[in-house]
Amino acid sequence: MNQWFSQLQSTFIDSGLAPLLLEGFRNTMIITLGALLIGLIIGSLIAVVKYFSEDTPALKPLSTLCDIYVTVIRGIPVVVLLLIFFFVILASASGISVAILTFGINSGAYMAELIRSGIGAVDPGQMEAGRSLGLSKLQSMRKIIMPQAIRYILPAIGNEFIALLKETSVAGYVAIVDLTRAGNLIRNNTYDAVNPLLCVALTYLILVILFTRLQKVLERRLAKSDKR
Amino acid sequence: MISVKNLQKHFEGNTHVLKGVNVEINKGDVICVIGPSGSGKSTFLRCLNMLEKPTGGQIIFEGDDLTSKKVDLNLHRQKMGMVFQQFNLFPHMTVLENMTCAPVLLKKMTKEQAEAKALELLDRVGLKDRASSYPNQLSGGQKQRVAIVRALCMEPDVMLFDEPTSALDPEMVGEVLDVMKELAREGMTMVVVTHEMGFAREVSNRVLFLDGGVIAEEGSPEQIFGNPQTERLQSFLAKVL
Repeated sequence: MNQWFSQLQSTFIDSGLAPLLLEGFRNTMIITLGALLIGLIIGSLIAVVKYFSEDTPALKPLSTLCDIYVTVIRGIPVVVLLLIFFFVILASASGISVAILTFGINSGAYMAELIRSGIGAVDPGQMEAGRSLGLSKLQSMRKIIMPQAIRYILPAIGNEFIALLKETSVAGYVAIVDLTRAGNLIRNNTYDAVNPLLCVALTYLILVILFTRLQKVLERRLAKSDKR
Repeated sequence: MISVKNLQKHFEGNTHVLKGVNVEINKGDVICVIGPSGSGKSTFLRCLNMLEKPTGGQIIFEGDDLTSKKVDLNLHRQKMGMVFQQFNLFPHMTVLENMTCAPVLLKKMTKEQAEAKALELLDRVGLKDRASSYPNQLSGGQKQRVAIVRALCMEPDVMLFDEPTSALDPEMVGEVLDVMKELAREGMTMVVVTHEMGFAREVSNRVLFLDGGVIAEEGSPEQIFGNPQTERLQSFLAKVL
């Protein structure tokens, strides 16, 4: 036990590398949250365009564009996407912002499908009831469909967030010090492989557990009106 | 108030549901639409407020042709209340919110006005104490009564009913029909698709018998039920009465 503590001491404190982990943690969170936000925006936009294009011919070209986007993004590994964005498309931008954008664009393609199926799960009679009262399609969407769709979408978004959090561990490919890369750098410098990687793995695990809890609380709150 | 001219509806796959329906609906009319299943009753009703887009013909509501592209449907729909077979209450809103949502959002009333109006309507259908309940806490009959007053809260000129009692347990049919009778007595213009022949006979002033996508027979309830002319209506009535 004592031996392990002194090993920890030498790996993280004596080497002066502990702050690297903190920086990695910060970057991982920034990338994940930023990408989640972009993903949600892109996903919602696509889902709404797809929904409205069903009976609005003018939106058909836009809808086709969305289909292409989803197909292309889902067909390319995120690491490859990241490399393309970093070295080709946005070669002069900073690593972190490229990563946020890339993961966001990647996640948007998946979110679009999640949100679309959530909207599709709401009884079509709800839209009809809204329209029959004189609400526009957009008003019905906002006040009637979306609040109900959220309940179907939220668990899936939670899973997507968890997947996203772990996916960002490939950010090290483009020289970003994220949590994973920080651990790996420490391993490299101290020749102690066990502790830095264990520390990184535990951090991801705890984050995921915390987030799952938060998600459950949110879901319970949204289910309020289901109670009898 | 509504005149339907040569209304046609094709569905994809070439099913021809409505093959030219002509009806004049006047203010104060209570019209019951009866007919075998698949005869196009519901489609006809849903075309009246354009929930179903007709593929031919015209629907003139208060002087405007609803099938024209230039017309603002949302504005006209505010004056046409609709009650569905499956209630379609908004499950995430309380009864009161269900009723006030549209009038407030469409700036027809202030929140206070809408709530006062809603409570008054709920009181009339005996559900004032359920104002803060959620729809899934109500029985089927209560849900349908709420759906009716939700539509009434918009102060419509005409009410459309799409088989309002078909999804109800038998013992709850009466309470919904009573509300509709009351509404008819007050002079509301109503179009009711129904299988309740007793209601049609007692309350309506005109009955449309729809069969095979056309109005096969039309007349007062006395004529339709007492002295049916066509063979199709006779055989239909023999089956349902």
